[in-house]
Amino acid sequence: MGGLEGWLLDPYRFEFMRRALLALALVSLVGGVVGAFVVNKGLAFSGDALAHSTLAGVAVAFVTGGSVVLGALVAAVVTALGVGLTRRRARVSYDTAIGIFFVSMFSFGILILSRRTSYTPDLSAFVFGNILGVSRSDLLAAGALSAALLVFVFAFYRELQLVAYDPAVAAAMGVRATLFEYAMLVMVAVAVVVALKAIGIVLVNAMLIIPAATAGLFVRRLPLIMVYGALLGMGASVVGLHLSYHARVAVSPAVVLSSAAVFVVVAVVTSSRRALLPGASGSGQ
Amino acid sequence: MQVAPTSPSEHVPAREPLAPEHHHRELALEVRDLWAGYPGQPAAVRGVTFDVPAGEMVGLVGPNGAGKSTLFKAILGLIEPLKGQAIAFGRPVKEARDDIAYMPQVEEVDWDFPVSVLDVVLMGRYHHFRPFARWNAADRAQAFEALERVDLVEFATRQAGQLSGGQRRRVLMARAIARGARLLLLDEPFAGLDAAAQHELLQILDTLVRDGNSILVATHDLSCVMSSCDEAVCLNREVIAAGPPAEVLTPAVLSETFHMHLVTVGALGVQVAGFYPQAAARSVDPSSRR
Repeated sequence: MGGLEGWLLDPYRFEFMRRALLALALVSLVGGVVGAFVVNKGLAFSGDALAHSTLAGVAVAFVTGGSVVLGALVAAVVTALGVGLTRRRARVSYDTAIGIFFVSMFSFGILILSRRTSYTPDLSAFVFGNILGVSRSDLLAAGALSAALLVFVFAFYRELQLVAYDPAVAAAMGVRATLFEYAMLVMVAVAVVVALKAIGIVLVNAMLIIPAATAGLFVRRLPLIMVYGALLGMGASVVGLHLSYHARVAVSPAVVLSSAAVFVVVAVVTSSRRALLPGASGSGQ
Repeated sequence: MQVAPTSPSEHVPAREPLAPEHHHRELALEVRDLWAGYPGQPAAVRGVTFDVPAGEMVGLVGPNGAGKSTLFKAILGLIEPLKGQAIAFGRPVKEARDDIAYMPQVEEVDWDFPVSVLDVVLMGRYHHFRPFARWNAADRAQAFEALERVDLVEFATRQAGQLSGGQRRRVLMARAIARGARLLLLDEPFAGLDAAAQHELLQILDTLVRDGNSILVATHDLSCVMSSCDEAVCLNREVIAAGPPAEVLTPAVLSETFHMHLVTVGALGVQVAGFYPQAAARSVDPSSRR
């Protein structure tokens, strides 16, 4: 195969590349849906924090030989609930609660790992991502978590939108606002775990933020941001995967940088269109 | 002030149209010795007791920081009252949520959030926790009817944040109307509106009351209370006075209601200047009103 067709199809001769593509598709889907809440609810910092906190679970799993996905999931959910609880009970700001929990969990992870003699390549896969090492069982676990997450969002879309938009009025109408605020943090935790092996702790937050933020530049409704966010994530994934294959660079930074490049292009296009057509900006007031 | 000793059992059952002779006997809202505030601070509202009779509009008057919003939140159970309770249509408020619509202050809403005007109004139609539920045709019809009432139908598909200040208030108003509730709690709906927009909003409220709804409206706009409210409740941490506006909004009461504020918050002097006893007396005098 030669030319463009070869450039496009050649990588997928390998099963690990096909698996990588599938894993990135899942990450993009979940990233778009959860990212819509993360970006518009100002949860960017909690996404990063939850990603870092998974190190504690990953470390425990490594030491005990347990399931890494399960360890990461438990660590992220514990952090999500802990942040919510700390904010309520200790009456500190959201950022502060997140900051306290995330460094504690991350430190705990490093502490446990420091007892190990070698920093294994396996572990660095979780820190920096190792999409080409995504196994069949990794993919199945990510698929199951993604499915559960999407069903949850679909089932409770009205409640989630209401609580994200206006928690006080939601509560006044009988929505259990506190419960759904926790649920939103758990959703972020699940999305982080879905993306963990593919993207890595350090970069996982990018997949929650950049595509949804890009979509938010040109669509103005939550469901549309979810759909376009997922599509943009998938586009960036394909581009990044190919860049990685042909230019022999790591996949996850290639995907994240592609995503960021798309953001810049869309930002420039939408802002220049607004500048050219002042009437179309619609910035009210 | 109405402190009618009606027992809950005498109340007209929920959702039944009111017979005219019952009109003034049913109480839409009874607030009883309500104390509320935030942990670690002195109670923001203390021992508040008043009624909103069914089919009437009651103005909750007080300066910024008088505890109006806190009172609303305590009535709605958004913050747990330290003491006392609120009864809506003879039931605890938590059991009467379908009968109550709440419009928060416009500043409390995140206007950057990606929702259309119609999305916002549809939210008012939320009544039951039902997984996988979506808004149905009846919800949409109600939402459009509410948008029509506030004259915003043409903006239905706009992002809510693209609207002007007055339009934003009307969107929140439409959401409260779309709920189809019999009691509306409106927190500062007139703040920041120009005279024309205020007048429009008052007309909407008047129509709602004429249709048999009950309204509790927090405001520091005394002329709106004088012109449209059946009763006024003057609040500054506690109830200073309550009753028909013409009787209640006296220089002495207004001075007491707004006085503390004048002393403690000098920066708001310009806004508060209108509430000096003399100025208040002028605005109470019907002949001086627009």
